[in-house]
Amino acid sequence: MWQFFHKLGSPKWFYGIASRFMPWLLGSSLLLMVAGMVWGLAFAPPDYLQGNSYRIIFIHVPTAFLAQSAYVMMAVAGIVTLVWRMKLADVFVKAVAPVGAVLTFLALFTGAVWGKPTWGTWWIWDARLTSMLILLFLYCGVIALGNAIADEKSSARAVAVLVLVGVVNIPIIKYSVEWWNTLHQPATFKLTEKPSMPPEMWVPLLVMVLALYLFFGWIACLRMQNEILYRERRSSWVKAIMGTGNARASAKVTD
Amino acid sequence: MLKLPRLTPRQESQPVLPALLGVLRRDLLANFRRRQELFNPLIFFVMVVALFPLGVSPEVEFLRQSGAGILWVAALLSTLLSLDHLFRHDFDEGVLEQMLLQPQPLYLMVLVKVFSHWLVTGLPLVLMTPVLGVMLHLDGNSIGYLCLTLLVGTPVLSFIGAIGAALTLGLRSAGILLSLLIIPLYIPVLIFGTGTVTAVAAGLPVGSYIALLGALLVVAITCAPFATAAALRISVSNS
Repeated sequence: MWQFFHKLGSPKWFYGIASRFMPWLLGSSLLLMVAGMVWGLAFAPPDYLQGNSYRIIFIHVPTAFLAQSAYVMMAVAGIVTLVWRMKLADVFVKAVAPVGAVLTFLALFTGAVWGKPTWGTWWIWDARLTSMLILLFLYCGVIALGNAIADEKSSARAVAVLVLVGVVNIPIIKYSVEWWNTLHQPATFKLTEKPSMPPEMWVPLLVMVLALYLFFGWIACLRMQNEILYRERRSSWVKAIMGTGNARASAKVTD
Repeated sequence: MLKLPRLTPRQESQPVLPALLGVLRRDLLANFRRRQELFNPLIFFVMVVALFPLGVSPEVEFLRQSGAGILWVAALLSTLLSLDHLFRHDFDEGVLEQMLLQPQPLYLMVLVKVFSHWLVTGLPLVLMTPVLGVMLHLDGNSIGYLCLTLLVGTPVLSFIGAIGAALTLGLRSAGILLSLLIIPLYIPVLIFGTGTVTAVAAGLPVGSYIALLGALLVVAITCAPFATAAALRISVSNS
């Protein structure tokens, strides 16, 4: 266990292991995504109240779900950065922040598209919507601070502090639909209760959530690999991979 | 055998309270010596408030309805602008490095520094509010509650803002970056602050709003200095 943990500190080791996992992540996510999308859009029964317009849920809920869990993952990585000074945790935060921002934007956008036919308006200043907007701002702040500090180590720790401070927003988003009387419907999935939807609806939704998690894993690995290549651009193993180093360096990597 | 000198500092000879009072006294004194910087946020506060009747509508009905929101937003922006000075002078003059080297806990030092900053920037805003409230045609009851919410809310703004000020210390475009980092965290304070006054105007009970603001204050005082202290160490080691 601890050996695994120590190995995680090595960018080179991660680069290799990620290359091995990534095709599987991408393949399974695409497979599940196509299956969930076709199932949800074509075969799931229409809602008795909203008709077919509810089908955007198959994109809206997974993106909103992942936008929040991406932030929680960043916060965990932030703790790792501050406590163990692990380089890879910071690589993760930097790589994932823009992905999280895009997911949050997608959740807000699909929510607006869904809101127009159901609520009759693109946007309302309701607790769930506003707190998701704050999440988008937080992602922007994290990206901006990361870019503003040139020194790699200080940038890592400063961003980690900011991410941890911003994590107070996550429970607010989670419980906003229960604390305040809002237009937004309560959570679709809960760990302790059965979903209020029939299984023909929530099973494809769960498939889509899984697919997006796998896709997130793939894109996180890809972006982390890029970040590692850039940061380690002066080391011999990167030069060997990129074909810019001399023959001796590439020989070293192969053995 | 070689005799090594004792390296452990003697704890009992590091009194905390006099050091904190010293920091408070020094900060207040430094602020009063730079009087212009003291007045700038206050003048800014008044100017922003003046923009709304001129820019949106001078009608009594509109101002009565949105006066509390205007004053809160103006107070928020004014606090945001004043935050840049919180650590900047100490950082430039090297005082901050000395502070980090002190044996007293940095947490308490930061607490006192932010408190003294609030005394010279937040408190004047609260004292100025009744005058501006009258100019925005708010009734007496609303003004009273508005002052109360600002009295509880502006320290929260200062404590949260201190984290951003510490994180952006020594960066080139610190001002705009600071706003970008801190405004999302200010939104809950703003919501509960203006919510109180709206509830007063609608004749609803306000206890829960004020209790929530008080809770925010307690959380900000206890937790924010930790983050600020950590951020200060990062920023100073970076320079």
